[in-house]
Amino acid sequence: MRFGRISSLLLVTALLSIAAAGCEREERRFREVPPAADQSTNVVQSDLQPGPSIVATATQHPYDDNAYAIASGKRLYVQMNCAGCHGLAGGGSIGPPLLDDKWIYGSDPSNIFSTIVEGRPNGMPSWKGKLSNDQVWQLVAYVRDLSGLHRKDVRNSRGDNMAAVQDEQNRNRQTPRSSFEPPGSVTTP
Amino acid sequence: MTTATARVETIAQPELDVELDAVWRSRPGFIGWLMSTDHKSIGKRYVATAFIFFCLAGLEAATMRAQLSRPENGLLGPDTYNQVFTMHGTTMMFLFAVPVMIGIGLYLVPLMIGARNVAFPRANAMGYWVYLIGGLLIYSGFFVNSGPDAGWFAYVPLAGPQFSPGKRVDIWAQMITFTEIAALVASVVQITTIFKLRAPGMSLNRVPILVWTTLVVQFMIMFAMPSVATASLFLAMDRLISTHFFNPAEGGDALLWQHRFWFFGHPEVYIMFLPGPGIISSLLPAFTRRPVFGYPALVLAVIATGFIAFGLWVHHMFATPLPQLGQSFFTAASALVAIPNGIQIFCWIATIWSGRPIFRTPLLFTIGSIIIFVIGGMTGVMIASVPFDSQVHDTYFIVAHFHYVILGGVVFPLFAGFYYWWPKVTGRLLSEAAGKWNFWLMFIGVNATFFPMHQLGMEGMPRRVYTYLAGTGWGDLNLVASIGALVIFSSVVVFLGNVIWSLRHGQIAGANPWNADSLEWATSSPPPSYNFRDTPVVGGRAPVWESGGELPVMTGLARDRQQVLLTTVLDAEPDSRHDHPGHTIWPFILAVTIGIFFIVLIFTPWGMPIGTVLGFIAYARYVWPKKRHDPSIIELPRSVPPAEVPR
Amino acid sequence: MMLLQAPHYAQQSMIDPAGTKAGAINDFWHFLIVTASIVTAIVFITLFIALAKRRRPADPEAPGEQRSLTRWVTGSVAVTLVIIVVFLFMDFRLGRAIATPPQRTPLRVNVIGHQWWWEFQYPDSATPGNWISTANELHIPVGRPVILRMSARDVIHSFWVPNLSGKKDLIPGHDTETWIEADSAGIYRGQCAEFCGLQHAKMALLVIAEPERQFEQWALGARGAALAPADSTAKAGEQVFLTGGCSVCHAIGGTMAGGTVGPNLTHFGSRLTIAAASLPNTKGNLGGWIVDPQRIKPGSFMPPNALEPDQLEALLAYLEGLK
Repeated sequence: MRFGRISSLLLVTALLSIAAAGCEREERRFREVPPAADQSTNVVQSDLQPGPSIVATATQHPYDDNAYAIASGKRLYVQMNCAGCHGLAGGGSIGPPLLDDKWIYGSDPSNIFSTIVEGRPNGMPSWKGKLSNDQVWQLVAYVRDLSGLHRKDVRNSRGDNMAAVQDEQNRNRQTPRSSFEPPGSVTTP
Repeated sequence: MTTATARVETIAQPELDVELDAVWRSRPGFIGWLMSTDHKSIGKRYVATAFIFFCLAGLEAATMRAQLSRPENGLLGPDTYNQVFTMHGTTMMFLFAVPVMIGIGLYLVPLMIGARNVAFPRANAMGYWVYLIGGLLIYSGFFVNSGPDAGWFAYVPLAGPQFSPGKRVDIWAQMITFTEIAALVASVVQITTIFKLRAPGMSLNRVPILVWTTLVVQFMIMFAMPSVATASLFLAMDRLISTHFFNPAEGGDALLWQHRFWFFGHPEVYIMFLPGPGIISSLLPAFTRRPVFGYPALVLAVIATGFIAFGLWVHHMFATPLPQLGQSFFTAASALVAIPNGIQIFCWIATIWSGRPIFRTPLLFTIGSIIIFVIGGMTGVMIASVPFDSQVHDTYFIVAHFHYVILGGVVFPLFAGFYYWWPKVTGRLLSEAAGKWNFWLMFIGVNATFFPMHQLGMEGMPRRVYTYLAGTGWGDLNLVASIGALVIFSSVVVFLGNVIWSLRHGQIAGANPWNADSLEWATSSPPPSYNFRDTPVVGGRAPVWESGGELPVMTGLARDRQQVLLTTVLDAEPDSRHDHPGHTIWPFILAVTIGIFFIVLIFTPWGMPIGTVLGFIAYARYVWPKKRHDPSIIELPRSVPPAEVPR
Repeated sequence: MMLLQAPHYAQQSMIDPAGTKAGAINDFWHFLIVTASIVTAIVFITLFIALAKRRRPADPEAPGEQRSLTRWVTGSVAVTLVIIVVFLFMDFRLGRAIATPPQRTPLRVNVIGHQWWWEFQYPDSATPGNWISTANELHIPVGRPVILRMSARDVIHSFWVPNLSGKKDLIPGHDTETWIEADSAGIYRGQCAEFCGLQHAKMALLVIAEPERQFEQWALGARGAALAPADSTAKAGEQVFLTGGCSVCHAIGGTMAGGTVGPNLTHFGSRLTIAAASLPNTKGNLGGWIVDPQRIKPGSFMPPNALEPDQLEALLAYLEGLK
């Protein structure tokens, strides 16, 4: 009897978590202001650190499980002309590609957030004041989606454009690794 | 109550009844319930499930009317509203109107043609389970915030991968797949039943009109459903595996979706609608005390509608670029469909004119149906015009038009039929007094809700808007419409109360409470598991009236197993005997594997191999041959006068 | 500013035509409603008599009775057929009459549907670079046909100004064309008529029909660059616009702002409405819209802008000055 109770409890928990995942995946947030990335935490930008190594604390991304935010990020990626440097589907051209496993400034959401907001040397402009936090988080979600870091069911499918590269949902996950190259030496693959 | 009733109930043949019942009845218990292949159980399940969906869709409609009751209302945001209106349309079209008519057909057709069960009873059971899984899928999605939000018509590119992220539309597309499977299975079952299982003597020109409309509708399903099946498949592929069927940048076409969808979507309207006139033509004789006038004209009108229905789909697309000549063709076809529908209405009026109307609830709903349908038909001819439609297309005028047509052509006949056949199904009558309340509230509510919408559409209110500005001046009429929706709501509450009351306290009906003419009234209410003790033999269009209650019967079918009599397609002469497989769990299991296939496919391509293997196992078990009986020991079927029926 | 006094929203009705096409369709509607009312009345009266009459035939299936019913039904069907044929004849004639614009020099305008606003471009054949680009307000001259060449970049929209003409879809991958002509000067509201997503309800537009001379004047002004900010507040506002997020999406002719994501704001101050004809263009509405657009149009692509009060004040002064 107790076993039945436990298994039914497990079943209910499983169903509830599926339901919760569904809810989160489909939520359309229009007016919520997400937290800004906290710059004071240990945001590790590179494996090259002076002094003792710092343990990175991954920040919880507000939109990682949200299909609508990821799709909005994709729209912004085109509208804000990120595609101009990073390629239409993140393949890279003037700027580094975004769909591989190489993350010069870290793959953590807060790393990407500060990359977009602060800008980076060698051409990445700062979007501070140009985009709302919400929009930056949407872009962060899309950038992470490009290298397959999200669950499969929240990923973007193809867009209504030329099929230049494989769409995000059918791409394999690229486990992030930091680049040991100094940022300036990145070349177009 | 009548001679027929008395006769059927007095000829007691306990042993034969027990023998037949042992062979035909469903097994007890929950598993037995899952195993049942009895057309009556499945028909009832279809109707009950569809009615639950009708209530859900009605609640969604009420929510929308609450939101629209005043301008700039904040009850629902655009995201929720879009999900609610999509669910309302999807539920009403795919989960209510078509399945409820399928269910009524499944319950009544074998009784009306004197058969013991439908052809392919296992496939029939499977069809229901697939339909149920589809309905549960989309409502589970809706309750976890994954309800579709691109409209029941799901136009691409809005419903495509770029503009509808997440799984909302995938769930919708798979639900369409489930209802397609269910409808196609039901159509094969019903067409075969009607062609091959009719009682001896019921040649095609003696078939009740409801059976004719069912036949035409099932043929329409066979030709219309594949179109939307491919369309929803293309959409799912575009979204799940990034094909480019609807991507203009890669040579796909957004209009392709509309053509494929409406090539199904317009026949779909008639698939929902045609059983309605069938119900009316079948119950009018009982309430006018004469056979329905113009049987051949009615049947030909139904068939003509079935054909013309496939030539109208472009009138849903009059705002897209079209050549002038093409527009004219579709306008002409759309206007001409008024002729067969006119014939039906004129024949009904002629029937009432020369008969003696008995004002019971079914007749009230019939009259309401005619009135509402005529108004909807008038606006229907108007919007066949391309210039006029270019103004009212996608406005509340269209909302008014099709609600008049569907309420008049589907819902009112359905209620008429419900009051008419409920005593056959349960053995108890519904309350007349509550029935009249039900009718008047619904009639007033429908007109109050939908008539003002004509004006709103002409004043420029588009469809599918979650709100409107105060300055538009649409507030008052919208408020009237919302109050009307409350009246409809109260009418449905009265109906539900009536049904619940009747189950315990309704007057006992007897076999033929309305003194009606067709074969289903020749057996007891509710009918036994084997429908008829002996296969009846039919000599005309109104067998119960013509035989004076003493139907000649045919004997010779096996009693130790589920055996049915097959007759020839045109003249219904006895042809051969056929053994039915009996009750089995495998249709249910096969339906579950189909469910696994399509639902898992939404989330991962693994659904295909897993579902295929499981489905193959279930199907192999389902069709596994059984030990055959030796047919030689059965005597040949022969017709015997009632007096000589072997006791 | 007749907009603020006149009930401009109410002018969105097909039965109050102000254009050639809408007028012809309205005349046809009169024919339809009269015919339909007569037919409906006859059917209902017959039905009620059939239900209420006292004399009933003893045997409804007697041959004589059947014959008279058959005659009656056949006659009704014949009359229906005649009505349908007349209807088709009139419909085809009307359809051909309004299919092409009258043979006068038309004005050509490109209409681009966006989620959830309208872009209008007036191509200039003389100086190709000298296009007018405006949003949500279509200025047209009275009495001259306007050919609208329409396209959509995202999803399907439908252009519909009921007082002037029926609707025509804007379909990605299919450029479509329609024409309108206004008989009399006025402001006519239209609205997207094909479900296009979250803010389909608030994707409206105004057609401003003016006499030819006034229209030419408007076009002359609209072709020019934006007015330079008049005072220091407006100048500060320009800086807010250019350095903040605004210029990422919006363009203002004559400045560095060249965004093409949202509406072109070059002559924003002279527009009657904001947010795709959802709100009158007043300072208060505009401020509310800039700070929290998601309250007015949830799901729209305009993000909220957290501006300091003085920044907002300056920005409003600048935008309202862009006449």
